[in-house]
Amino acid sequence: MTPTLQFCLVISAALFSIGLLAALSRKHAIFILIGIELMLAAANLNFIAFWRFGPQSPNPTGVMVAIFSIAIAAAEAAVGLALVIAVYRHYRTTDVRRFNQLKG
Amino acid sequence: MNAAAFIVIAIFTLSGALAAACLRKLIHAALCLVVAFVGLAAFYFLLGAEFVGLVQVFVYVGAVAVLIVFTILLTRREDEETSGFNWAGVFVALVVFAGLVWTIWKTPSVSVGASAIEALTVKRIGEVLMTNYVWPLQCVGLLLTAALIGALVLVMEEKQ
Repeated sequence: MTPTLQFCLVISAALFSIGLLAALSRKHAIFILIGIELMLAAANLNFIAFWRFGPQSPNPTGVMVAIFSIAIAAAEAAVGLALVIAVYRHYRTTDVRRFNQLKG
Repeated sequence: MNAAAFIVIAIFTLSGALAAACLRKLIHAALCLVVAFVGLAAFYFLLGAEFVGLVQVFVYVGAVAVLIVFTILLTRREDEETSGFNWAGVFVALVVFAGLVWTIWKTPSVSVGASAIEALTVKRIGEVLMTNYVWPLQCVGLLLTAALIGALVLVMEEKQ
């Protein structure tokens, strides 16, 4: 048995579901960010898998999209964690249930 | 592609991710996230995208994980209850997973094996990045600069 595209997609779907689980069921802001990172990583795995198993083309488009996606995920993580710190300074907690007003 | 390596890396990655999502202590979850990211990098190596695997290790393990650990240490309260768990989220995640797996198994065109491909060199990636993808590259550079400035502005102390 050699792995086919199906197995890669199933693993990517499992990773996405775990990220969704973390983002939906945890009450801590950093866990939600971890979940979003996992979902982005699952999307990257899909790009690479489709590039590897798809028909050959002169341009490695899947790899390029994955590289750009990693860069954007890094930017998202930086801004998200800065937001967590800014909100923590105000509320003295990172429990998302307590963030219940927009005005400070 | 090696089936045994595939299975081992899959178990490694998924258990790391599951531990990152479910562990009670935040710092343990962040370290398990590193395990999951290393497993993903191994996947990229296995699939023949060595450069993406290296970028994954540099960016995620080197930068994002350290950033998460720093944030945890900056916002830690000993008395805080972090074990809250919403079971509706578990249900939604399971439904989404079942739907995705059902769709994947019902699609005949994705049951293809790996064909032999020529190795993707870093030289080729650099050439493509500087010709076809030069505008996206500039936009990503602009986005990273904006994100850096935005993060700094967000965490700057407010002057009273």
